[in-house]
Amino acid sequence: MAWLRGLVRHPEFRQGFAEMATVAPGIAAWGLMTGVAMVKSGLGTVESLWMALIVFAGSAQLAAIPLMLGGAPVWVILATAFCVNLRFVVFSAHMRHYMMHLPLRRRLMAGYLIGDLTYVLFVQRHPEPAAGEEGRQAQVAYLLGNGSINWFSWTASSLVGVVLANVIPTAWGLGFAGILALVGMTCTLASSPLRRIAGGVAACAGVATFALPLRLNILVAIAAAVCLCLFLEPRLQQASASGPRSP
Amino acid sequence: MSTDALISGQVHLGDMLTITALAGVSVLTRCFFFLSSKEWVLPRWAQRGLQYAPIAALCAVIAPEIVMSQGQLIHSLQDARLYGLAGGLFFYFSGHAGKQPVLGTIVAGMAVYLPLHIGLGW
Repeated sequence: MAWLRGLVRHPEFRQGFAEMATVAPGIAAWGLMTGVAMVKSGLGTVESLWMALIVFAGSAQLAAIPLMLGGAPVWVILATAFCVNLRFVVFSAHMRHYMMHLPLRRRLMAGYLIGDLTYVLFVQRHPEPAAGEEGRQAQVAYLLGNGSINWFSWTASSLVGVVLANVIPTAWGLGFAGILALVGMTCTLASSPLRRIAGGVAACAGVATFALPLRLNILVAIAAAVCLCLFLEPRLQQASASGPRSP
Repeated sequence: MSTDALISGQVHLGDMLTITALAGVSVLTRCFFFLSSKEWVLPRWAQRGLQYAPIAALCAVIAPEIVMSQGQLIHSLQDARLYGLAGGLFFYFSGHAGKQPVLGTIVAGMAVYLPLHIGLGW
């Protein structure tokens, strides 16, 4: 507990919290509509509340519900959720060097909070894992500050969505605010030509392979964008080094 | 739903356990590569390549939500999402985005999207 208290007081905790807080309205609108969608797809109220409270993975939740209601074997439901969450496995490879200095239980706790936007904001703020104890402390504090407000706004709004499921019409399309939050975040990331190429390629690949099951199109799109950029990176650097303009 | 599952009142205990296990899957996938303490180093090329993963993941999630509905590419320009996106992007790059560009993108985009979507049914 003293560990947590120290992190909460750290200035980087507030920094992470503030950076996520500006996106929180979009997250909340999205969480709200996910809560509504859970009930509308037929899951009971108590089950929906429990799911909204602990699972913290929107698309996996919505993928699992029809399987649960259809009486699918538990392992099929869990395997489906695992596949829908595969992009988090990719993120975890990236996060490993930031996390390994923590004991396992703390890694699990902090890892639970690494949703899409927390991952994106974290590696943007901290492109390199810190070497010293102070830097590591700052990075974990940022992660917790950022992840906790994300978890709270998502979870609280999902719970509200479950309770108000029969009052809020899905036809309003409030969930679009969540997409706009991602759009704004993407704009802040598009800071280099190669990153913009990565985004463009992933967008096309994500649409082209949309028919794949289990949202595997996201994984294919990440792989395509990363491979192409790894291929282009040395060539672009060479071109700019030998070009007429100095850098 | 299996009839031999435990049911108490309206709450389906089997489903409650499955949901609890789903939370376990969330933790497992998010911690996958830092569960084990064994010495293991990510190859350098993978480390470089992962720099492009965040923006790629976001774009792969966003694009189908904008240009597709029910698994098909949309064929109509009368779709509020296109103009909502344009409104959000316009605000972001307008130079007035200030200190909270993402929040402004959400608000501007929704200000365009909601009237078109609810008012005109686009």
